[in-house]
Order: sequence, then structure tokens, then C-alpha cells
Amino acid sequence: MNKVNITINDMNISVPENYTVLEAAREVEIEIPTLCHLNLHDLKAVNRSASCRVCVVEVEGRGPLSPSCSTYVSEGMVIKTNTPRAVKARRTMVELLLSDHPKDCLTCEKNQQCDLQKLAANLGVREIEYTGAQSTYEKDNSSYSIFRNLDKCVLCRRCETMCNEVQTCGILSGMDRGFETVVGPAFGLPMIDTMCTFCGQCVAVCPTAALTEISNVRQVWDAINDPDKFVVVQTAPAVRVALGEEFGMEPGTIVTGKMAAALRRMGFDKIFDTDFAADLTIVEEASELIHRVQNGGRLPILTSCCPAWVKFFEHQFPDLLDIPSTCKSPHEMFGAIVKTYYAEKFKIDPHKIVVVSVMPCLAKKYEAARPELSGKGMQNVDYVISTREAAKMIKEAGINFINLPDEGFDNPLGESTGASVIFGTTGGVIEAALRTAADWLTGESLEKIDYHQLRGLEGIREGTVNIGGTDFKIGIAHGLGNARKLLEDIRAGKTEYHAIEIMACPGGCIGGGGQPYHQGDSDIIKKRAEAIYREDKGKAKRKSHENVNVIELYKEFLGEFYGEKAHELLHTKYQKRELI
Amino acid sequence: MCENKFAEEKFRELDGFIEKVGASEGNLIEILHKAQDLFGYLPKEVQLYVSRSLGISAAKVNGVVTFYSYFTEIPKGKHVISVCMGTACFVRGASDILVALEKKLGIKTGQTTKDGKFTIDSLRCVGACGLAPVVIADGKVHGRVEVDDLDNILVELESGVR
Repeated sequence: MNKVNITINDMNISVPENYTVLEAAREVEIEIPTLCHLNLHDLKAVNRSASCRVCVVEVEGRGPLSPSCSTYVSEGMVIKTNTPRAVKARRTMVELLLSDHPKDCLTCEKNQQCDLQKLAANLGVREIEYTGAQSTYEKDNSSYSIFRNLDKCVLCRRCETMCNEVQTCGILSGMDRGFETVVGPAFGLPMIDTMCTFCGQCVAVCPTAALTEISNVRQVWDAINDPDKFVVVQTAPAVRVALGEEFGMEPGTIVTGKMAAALRRMGFDKIFDTDFAADLTIVEEASELIHRVQNGGRLPILTSCCPAWVKFFEHQFPDLLDIPSTCKSPHEMFGAIVKTYYAEKFKIDPHKIVVVSVMPCLAKKYEAARPELSGKGMQNVDYVISTREAAKMIKEAGINFINLPDEGFDNPLGESTGASVIFGTTGGVIEAALRTAADWLTGESLEKIDYHQLRGLEGIREGTVNIGGTDFKIGIAHGLGNARKLLEDIRAGKTEYHAIEIMACPGGCIGGGGQPYHQGDSDIIKKRAEAIYREDKGKAKRKSHENVNVIELYKEFLGEFYGEKAHELLHTKYQKRELI
Repeated sequence: MCENKFAEEKFRELDGFIEKVGASEGNLIEILHKAQDLFGYLPKEVQLYVSRSLGISAAKVNGVVTFYSYFTEIPKGKHVISVCMGTACFVRGASDILVALEKKLGIKTGQTTKDGKFTIDSLRCVGACGLAPVVIADGKVHGRVEVDDLDNILVELESGVR
């Protein structure tokens, strides 16, 4: 890359010619404030709408101030980032934004996590000179997952970039014009009536509280405090490598033990682990894969753990509804088992059991409400809370999370293997399935179980794994834009795979829409992924079919793998949904 | 039944147009113009049809439709009277004309009379600033309009004499 010489705040520097002024400034530790700007380097997507004008700087020879996020450097350019004029203009921009923004920060969902709030503080906004019309819109809480409060929208278009360019879902777009402009679904539809997958990546990048999760915190406290209820909590694999961040711990810190301790102190009756059900998912899914391979069934088999992905293919690929695995996602399997096997074994009325899932995901909230994921008039899972909501509850309960001792999960549904832990990162589910399928197909207990060729954060990956003389071709995609490419190739007959893993969120569940906000910083995602593999390495057992409590569950209750009872409780079906 | 058949024909004509200009995002606005010509307005099903034909999200199509004031999602009356509110027309009294017209027809800008006869629109500069203030009635440009001219314009529209 050719370099150009520029002068920035009297410093002479040389930077690549494709740099923006903002990027050049960051090279020399000059922090120009931004609001709408979001560069998702690893996803090759950038929101550069230059709509907020907060990052303006003075460029010599140009009359008006220039937005540094979308102004490219050129040879000899002289830039001043902190002149009184630029600083005043920034403050004015923020004051104008605030003039049409509810000033309810104290009670706002994003209090202390809001980019606009930080900006106002950093720029020293103390009063707002401007008074004018205030937009008020109807709030959208139709979807179980995503709460839209457009009164707080600053029209940065980050959500739109995420939804259209990264996830290719096309739900959110700018509507109307001028003061009436909103970002939302077509025809002003409520989210539940669109093909939104509820992946929550829009929530993950929203700088304010215009997009947040629909909270279940109150309902969960009410259940815990109801002496008539037996409240069981389960935690997804990706939560334990991210929850610590909400308490100021380094990204990638494993807090499994503290998390179990905190949940116990909050008053849940049993602390179980979705990882147990992930092992259960693997023995079912590996059985299904082998069944399809040996009986000339439809290939490839697609993983079905990710509810956003499931909804995506129901809308976008209704002609391929016979290829995904029919396995329910792990937390739904868990709910079904708790309300049948566990209730029977411990003589608890299943109607009194409340299953709470702590998930890195917002789509799981929607999934839990899907009518077919139920039994005997009870939903398999009653409430889903995100990693962020779990952290809020821990804080609310006055628990000093950082100093908690490590505790374990309760049994029998708290036991898990390393295979289940890696569900939390892209490539993990398929690796876990291969560990089991390989042992079963060869009839041996294989020692080589780290499938490094399937790991990494490339958006689309493929690899061939030889099991007992047969080559298995594996495809992996994360991010729905990548998933779409992979599926379109399959539809066109261009590629042939035996099995494909797809996760809707970039990075897999560790980058889920319910995780601590990472502001597009992929280093945080990488650290969470490393933590996942560390946790896997540290487990005594690393293959799902070796989970003794899973084996016991089949022996005592389910019968055969992929058998009749397993089908009734652990499998589901899909339906065509409209494109809108 | 009869109306359905009518709609089917319009969709066929729209198909032909899309094929002619090419089903690409770059032609979206042109295609929406044609669709509005055919259907008189752009109801949800027409926008969805365009979205699916072009492989563009419905939100994006709806975004374009709601951005441009020329496009309308509600059916217009038999006669459409547009008052130019561009700068030149405005300073020469366009808002007085608009207010008088609203009073005369008993509706607000953007609305249609109950009998479905008249719709009032306002628009931005039509490029006839020399004739300001300008009123466009069913496509015919009336220049240097005064409030007293409105009755004549309405009568002309109703009688069909142009």
C-alpha cells in the first residue's frame, strides 16, 4: 500500500493512502469522538454514514469542517482535530441530537452503557441550548426478543448496516424523510410480522437504547420468589466466557464456577447446565448423521442449534426444509427433559417447574415461545435471559461476583464434557458431532479429537475429515450473510457436503446478540473463543457420548439413541414462512 | 373477480416493463414510477411484488417509496391538484393558495375528499419558477395562480374540459 505524508495536530506522519482521517489520527493516539461510525474490520463491513457529524475536524484549505470517518487522507493534507471551532461544532451536534432525545438516562436500559451518554459527558455538555419538537413513536415489543424504542434512535444506521450487509436479512431500512425519518421494517410492521431472525446483532451495535432486548428479569425474580415454584436455571456454553466482562474482568476470563455460585445465591432451586443438553444434542445429531449416511438419507445435514438460523432458513430457503437436523436446540432439549425425566425421577409436579435459560442470544427468547417447542401444555423453556440480564440480576442481588468462590453445577443435569463447551464458538458443534460420530463409526475410542482444520474465525470454512476410511466433507459458516452464500451454493448444486454447521452471529454464540457489548471489537470475540477451547481442554471427558449422566438418561428413560421417545421429546419440525 | 383480473393484467404489464429495463436495484425508481402509473398508487402487495422481482428487501423498497413525495401508498382521488411549495412559489403566495384550497375542499394536504373526487398534494419546485405560484391540476400546469382562480380550476377538472 502506498503511503502519503500528512500533518495532523502539527505532527508529521506517513499513513497508508486508503486511510481515513479518523484512522490516521488513531495511529498517533488522537481520539476523535465518533457516534455513528462502526468499523467491523473482520466482517468486512463498515458503517460510514457520516450522519452524526460528531467526528468533524478542520482540514486546511477546506471551508467547511470535514467528517473524519469518511474523509480520506491525501498527500500534504494538514489536519487539526481539536481547534475551538471543531470542538464547538461537535458539542453543538451532540446538543442538537439531545434536543430530540428523551433525557431519562437514570432509568434508561442503557444507563452507563450508552455511547451518546458517554459522548455528552466527554464533550462536557452541561446544558442544551436548543428546544424543539420531540419525536414520539409507538414502542415495538411484539417479538419476545427485540425492543424498539425509536424515541431514542439517533439515526446512525449501524443497525441497518448490520442487518443488511452482514446478516443480509434486510429487515431494517430508513423510512420517510426529514424529521419523520425512522429506521424500521417495511410498512411499519411490528418485528414479529417480519422475517427478522432476532439474532440481535442490531441490538449489539446500537449506540443508544433504541434497540434493546425484551427483558425477562422481573418475571424470573417473581418465579424465584414464588414459594410454589421450583425454579431451575441452565447456562449456555458461551455465557461462562463472557459474563465476567460485565464485572470488569478481562475478556476471555472463564467464570464457570463463579457463575454457578452466583446463580445459587440468587435463589434458583437447581443450577444446571445447558452443556449437559449439548451432549444430549450431539448423541442425537451424530445418530441422525450416521442414520442419513447409512440409509441414503438427504445430505448435507445442517445443525439446528441456532434459532436465528432456523428462522432464517424457514423464511429464505423453504425448499430446503428437509436438510436441517430435526434436533431441538440444546436448551429446548434440556427443558423437555427437566419437565419429564427429572420431574418423574424427583417426584416434582412439572407444572410447578420453571425453566430459566441464561443465553448469549436474543433469538432464544423468541424460540422459547414457539408453540411446537412444548409438551403437555407446557413450554419446554419458560424464560430466557441474556448474559447481560443475568449480570444485571447478579448486581441487583448485591452479589460480589468477582470474589465468589468457584462452585459446581447440580446433578444429574449439570454434568458435561468438553465437546459441549465448544458449542459456544463457530465450528464447535460440528467438531463435537465428529468426535462422537468418529468413535461410533470406527468402533474405537479415538485419541485424536482436536479438529484444528475446522477452527478459526473465517466466515466460511470447509474441511475434509477422514473417519475410518470415509471422507466427510464439512462446511462451516457464521454470520447469516455467509450462511446465505453457503446455502445458495447447495441449492444450485455447486457444492456437496456431508454436514454443515451454521451460526447466525459472527463468531458463533460467543458473539451473540445477548452478550456483553463488544462494540465491534473482534479481539474480544477471539479471546472468548480461546477461553472456550481452554475450558474444553481442561475437561476430564471431551466426547459427548461419554457423559455418564447422558448415558444414564437413555438407560433409565429415553431408551435408544434417536429412538421413539427421543423423537417425541428431543426433535422438532420446521415450517415455511413468508418473505417480508 | 373482475377487479382481480384487472390487477393480474397490470402485474403482467409490470413484469414486461421490469424485463425491458432490467430487474436491477438501479432501476428501482423507474420501476416504481411505472407501477404507480399502472395501479394509481403503490399498495403493500405491489411493493412486495417489486421487492421480490428485483431481489431487494421489502424494507428498502418501502424506504424509497416513503422517501419520495411523488410516490403514494394510498389511492388518490380522481383528480389530483398539486400546489408547488418551492421557494419561488412560496414567496409569491403559494401557501395562501394551499390554505384556500384546503378550506374549499374541506381536506388537508395529502388527503382525498370523501367522494373520491379530489386529492390535494403539495410538491417542491417543478422548475416553472417564472410562472410562480404554480398549481398542477391533473398534470396541467397553471401559472401565476391567484386564490380566485381556484374555482375555475376545479370546474375545469370536473367538466373534463382541458
